[in-house]
Amino acid sequence: MVAGLRPLHRKVLRDLWHLRSQMAAVAVVMACGIAMFVTLRSMHGWLRGTQTQYYEAYRFADVFASARRAPASLARRIAALPGVGAVRTRVVMDVTLDLPGLDEPGTGRLVGIPEQRAPMLNDLYLRSGRWIQPGHEDEVLASEAFARANGLVPGDAIPAVLNGRWQRLRIVGIALSPEYIYEIRGLGDVFPDNRRFGVLWMGERALGAAFQMEGAFNDAALTLAPGATEADVIDGVDRLLAPYGGTGAYGRADQISDLFVSSEIEETEITSVLIPTIFLAVTAFLLNMVLARLVATQRDQIAILKAFGYGSPAIAVHYLQLALGPVVLGAGAGSGLGIWLAAALARVYARFYQFPVAEYTQDWRVVAQALLVAGGAALVGALGAVLRAVRLPPAEAMRPEAPASYRAGIVERLGFQRWVPAAERIILRNIERRPLRALLAAAGIALATAIVMTGWFMFDAIDVMKQIQFESVQRYDAMVVFDLPRSARAGWDLVHLDGVRRVEPFRVVPVRLRRGPLTKRTALLGLAPGSELQRLVDRDGAVRQVPPRGLLVSDVLASQLGAAVGDTVTVEVLEGKRPVRTVIVAAVSRDIIGSSATMSLEALHALLGEGGTLSGAYLALDQRKAPAVYRALKETPAVSGVVVREAVMRGFEDTIAESFWISISMMVVFACIIAAGIVYNGARVALSERGRELASLRVLGFFRGEVTRLLLGEQVLLTLGGLPGGFLLGYFLAWLVAYRFESDLFRIPLVIRQTTIVYSLAVVLGAALLSALAVRRRIHRLDLIAVLKTRE
Amino acid sequence: MDAPAVFEARGLSKVYRMGEVEVYALREVDLDLFAGEFVVLLGPSGSGKSTLLNILGGLDTPTAGTVRFLDHDLTVDDDRARTRFRREHVGFVFQFYNLIPSLTALENVALVTDIAERPMDPAEALGLVGLGERVHHFPAQLSGGEQQRVAIARAIAKQPDVLLCDEPTGALDYETGLIVLQALADVNRRLGTTVAVITHNASIAGMADRVIRMRSGRITEVERNAHRLAPTELTW
Ligand SMILES: Nc1ncnc2c1ncn2[C@@H]1O[C@H](COP(=O)(O)OP(=O)(O)O)[C@@H](O)[C@H]1O
Ligand SMILES: [Mg+2]
Repeated sequence: MVAGLRPLHRKVLRDLWHLRSQMAAVAVVMACGIAMFVTLRSMHGWLRGTQTQYYEAYRFADVFASARRAPASLARRIAALPGVGAVRTRVVMDVTLDLPGLDEPGTGRLVGIPEQRAPMLNDLYLRSGRWIQPGHEDEVLASEAFARANGLVPGDAIPAVLNGRWQRLRIVGIALSPEYIYEIRGLGDVFPDNRRFGVLWMGERALGAAFQMEGAFNDAALTLAPGATEADVIDGVDRLLAPYGGTGAYGRADQISDLFVSSEIEETEITSVLIPTIFLAVTAFLLNMVLARLVATQRDQIAILKAFGYGSPAIAVHYLQLALGPVVLGAGAGSGLGIWLAAALARVYARFYQFPVAEYTQDWRVVAQALLVAGGAALVGALGAVLRAVRLPPAEAMRPEAPASYRAGIVERLGFQRWVPAAERIILRNIERRPLRALLAAAGIALATAIVMTGWFMFDAIDVMKQIQFESVQRYDAMVVFDLPRSARAGWDLVHLDGVRRVEPFRVVPVRLRRGPLTKRTALLGLAPGSELQRLVDRDGAVRQVPPRGLLVSDVLASQLGAAVGDTVTVEVLEGKRPVRTVIVAAVSRDIIGSSATMSLEALHALLGEGGTLSGAYLALDQRKAPAVYRALKETPAVSGVVVREAVMRGFEDTIAESFWISISMMVVFACIIAAGIVYNGARVALSERGRELASLRVLGFFRGEVTRLLLGEQVLLTLGGLPGGFLLGYFLAWLVAYRFESDLFRIPLVIRQTTIVYSLAVVLGAALLSALAVRRRIHRLDLIAVLKTRE
Repeated sequence: MDAPAVFEARGLSKVYRMGEVEVYALREVDLDLFAGEFVVLLGPSGSGKSTLLNILGGLDTPTAGTVRFLDHDLTVDDDRARTRFRREHVGFVFQFYNLIPSLTALENVALVTDIAERPMDPAEALGLVGLGERVHHFPAQLSGGEQQRVAIARAIAKQPDVLLCDEPTGALDYETGLIVLQALADVNRRLGTTVAVITHNASIAGMADRVIRMRSGRITEVERNAHRLAPTELTW
C-alpha cells in the first residue's frame, strides 16, 4: 500500500506545481494571516507578561489613596485593616518647574522615597546615575520619559518652587516606576506631555521638611493580602483617611497609568483575535475555491483511483495533502515573518512603554498555536472539496460530467435576446445557472473590499478623533491650572495679562459617582455655559451645551453606572468639605476622549457649597505674545502648571496614534494582499471553468481580445456585484471595531470617509486589473488543440 | 481534377521536442485539396492526421514547409491573421462536439453567424442537418449524434470554403454516425463546400472523392474513387 501511494505523492507535487499561482495566492494570504497571528499574539503575551513581571519585581501597589495631611502613625492602622498587605505612605507634591528652553512653567510631581533603601512598594528601576544620598537634600531621581523629553541627564539641575521658594533640584539618577509607565498629571488629562510634566523622586526627609510634612503623609499605596476584597479595603482606607482630607482610595482599575497600559494591552488582545480570524477565514475560502475546482476537473482521475481500489481514506488524504502544500508554505513563511515583526514591534513597544525589563523572547507556544490554527483553517477550507471527492461514486465519476443543464433565463423572460449577442449570453447563463457560485465569487470581492475599508477606516478614525478633539473640543491655546482652588479674582488677573485674548474659567473636583452598587471615580468638571475654548462634542461632531442643571456624562461612564437620562446618581466630592449630593443625569454625551462628567460652573459651585472658586482657566492667546504670557504665568505663584494644546496633541499622536498606526499599517498592507489574492483566484477559477469554452470560441474564429472580454466581462459583473455588499460589510466591520474598542480613554468614531470608499475601491479594482492582466496572458496562451483532444 | 486547389501544402514538417527526444508528427508532406471535393484521411492513431488538419485549418503552425490557402500564407506566425482565416473560411467539427453547454442549439450556431461575413440563417443551418425541430434545446437535452449535428450546423452556417472534420463519428454509434456522415455529404453536395474528414474507419473511405492514407507522419497513398458511395451504402 505504501509503495502504491508513491505515485499519488507524485501527483500531489504535480498538481501543486500545476496550480502554483493559485496555491501561491492561498499561501500568501495564509502567510499574512499567520504573520498577524504570531505578531499580535506574541506582542499581546509579551506585553502582558512584561507588565506582570514589572509589577511583581517592582512591587506595584494594588490600592492607592491620597489625603491632605495624615499623621504617620495612621500607617499602622491602615496596615492593620483586614485584607491589607504592605503599606507605603509618602508625601507627593506637584510643584512648578522652570524647564530649560520652556517659557511656560512645567509641573514636577515630587514623590518621596526612602534615602537609604528601596521603597517597599512602587519601587524604582534605576536606569542610569545613582540613588539619592542622605544629607543631600536637593538630590532627585527623574523619570526617564521626562528627562529624555527635556534633554536632562544626571548632574543637571532644575529650578523648582517648593512651598513658595525657588530651589534647585539636582538630578542624580534616571529612574522608571511601574506607577508611572504612563505619566500624566491626572484629573481629566488623558495624554502625556513629558516635556511639561514629569515625576521627580526626592528623599522623604527633604520633601517632608520642605513642605512642613514631617511626621505626616498625604499619599498611601498598599497591597492586598491574598483573598482580600478590594472594595472592602477601599472602604476601610476611606474611613481612616476621611478625617485627614482623604480623596478616596481606588484600585488599579482607576490608576491612570495602569488603566492606560492595561487597556492598550487589551486592545492588542482584541486585534490579535479579530484580525487573524478574518484573514484565516479568507484563506479557507480561497482554498475551498481552488480545491473544489480541482476535484471537479479530476473526477475521472478520482474514479480511476477508486476503480483501482484506493479507499476513501487514501483519496481524502490525497486531497488534504494538496491543501497542506500552501498551508505549510504559508504558515512557515507567515511564522517567520511574524517572529521577525514581533521582535521589531517589541523594540518599539519597549521604548514606548519604557519597561525596564524589555528583553524580548519569542514565545514558541504562539508559533505552535499559529501552526495549529493554520492547519485548522486549511482543514475547514479543504473539507468541502475532500468530502465531494470521497463521496463521488466511481461509476458516475467515470462518465464525463453530463453537460451542465441550462435553461432560458432572465434574458429571455425580459425579451432581451435580440439585443444580447449569443456570446454575451454565455456570461448571463453561467451566472444564472450557478447563482451560489456567483454569489460566493461576489462575496470574495465583498470580503476584500470590506477588509481594506476597515483598515482605512481605522486610519480615518484616528484622524477624526484628532480633528474633533483638537479642533472642536480643546480650542484653547493653553490651560492654566491653579495650585489650589482660587477665587474668581485669580481668573480676572489672567484677563489682564498682555496677550491673553480670552479667558474661560473652570472648576474641577475629584468625585466618586455612585448609583446603587456601581461606583466610578472620575473628575467632575464645572464649565461656564457658552464656553468656546473647551466644548462638549460628540463623536459625530455635534456640539453640546452644558445643561443648566444636572450632570452631563459621557456614554461610557453612563453605562458603567447603569445610568440613563433622568436617573439620579450620588456625587461624593473627594476634596474640601466632601459634600455628598444626589444629582440628576441631564444628558448623556457621546464624547470621544476621556470619560467625563460635566456640570455648569454655577451648578457645581452650588453642589460644592462654595462661592465662585476656580481650578484654572482656558486661555486663548495672541500667538506673538504667547511666550511673554507664559513667562508671566511662571512668575505667578498661584499657577501650578500650564497645559499647552499643541503638546497634548503631540502626546495623542505619540501614544494612541503611534501604537495604533503600526497595527493599522500592517493591516492595510495585508488587506491589500488579501484583496488581490481573492480577486486573482476568483479570476483563475473562472478561467479554469471557462477554459474549454473559451478555447472552443477561439477555434471558431473569435479573436483573443473578444474571448478575453467575455471572461473578464463576467469578472467585472461579479466584481461590481460584490462591491455594494463589500461596502456594507466594511461598514459592519468598522462598526464592530468601533464598538469593541470602547474604553475609558477613547472611543473610535464610526466615520467612513469618501476617501476610504475610494481607496478600497481603488485597491480592489487595482487587484482586479492586475488579475485581469495575468488571466489575459493565460488566455493568450490557451492551448487550443489540447482542448479539442479531450472530452468535456 | 479541373477544380483549382484551395490548399497547397509543400514540405510540411512538424516536430515536437520532448526533452531529448524529437517526435516527428509530420515529415515533409505535400498535399493539395481542391474546391468542392470530399477527402477522407485514413491512418492509424498517431500517424499525424490531426496535426495535418490543424495546420491546414490555421490552428497550428508547421515546423517547416509552407501552406497556402488561395492567396493566404498560413505559415506566418501571426495569431490574429490565422484567427481571421478560421473565422472567414474554415468550419471545424471535432470528435467531442465542443458545444457551449449554456447556449441552445440555435445560439451555438448564432455564435458563429454573429461574427461571420455572409452567414446563413442559423435555423436554416440546423434545418440542413435535420434539427429544425430542436433549435431551442440545450446540449444537455440532445443526444450525442444530435449534438454533433449541431456542431456541423455551427461549422457550415458561416458558409465556409472548407469544412475540416476530425473523427466526427468517433464518439458515435453506427446509426448515429451514419446520420452525421450523411449530413456532411449533403453539405458538400448542396453547398459545394470542400470537406476533409479524418477517420480511422476505412469503410468510410467509400464516400470520398479521394482517400489519403497516412503512416508515421507521411502520406503513403492517395487513391481516387471512381464513384462515390452514399453513406447508406457503406458497411462497417
Ligand atoms: N502536443 C504534442 N506534444 C508532443 N507530441 C505530440 C503532440 N501532439 C501530437 N503529438 C505526437 O505527434 C504524432 C501525431 O499526432 P496526431 O496528429 O494527433 O495523430 P493522429 O491524429 O493521426 O492520431 C503522435 O506521435 C503524437 O504523439
Ligand atoms: Mg487525431
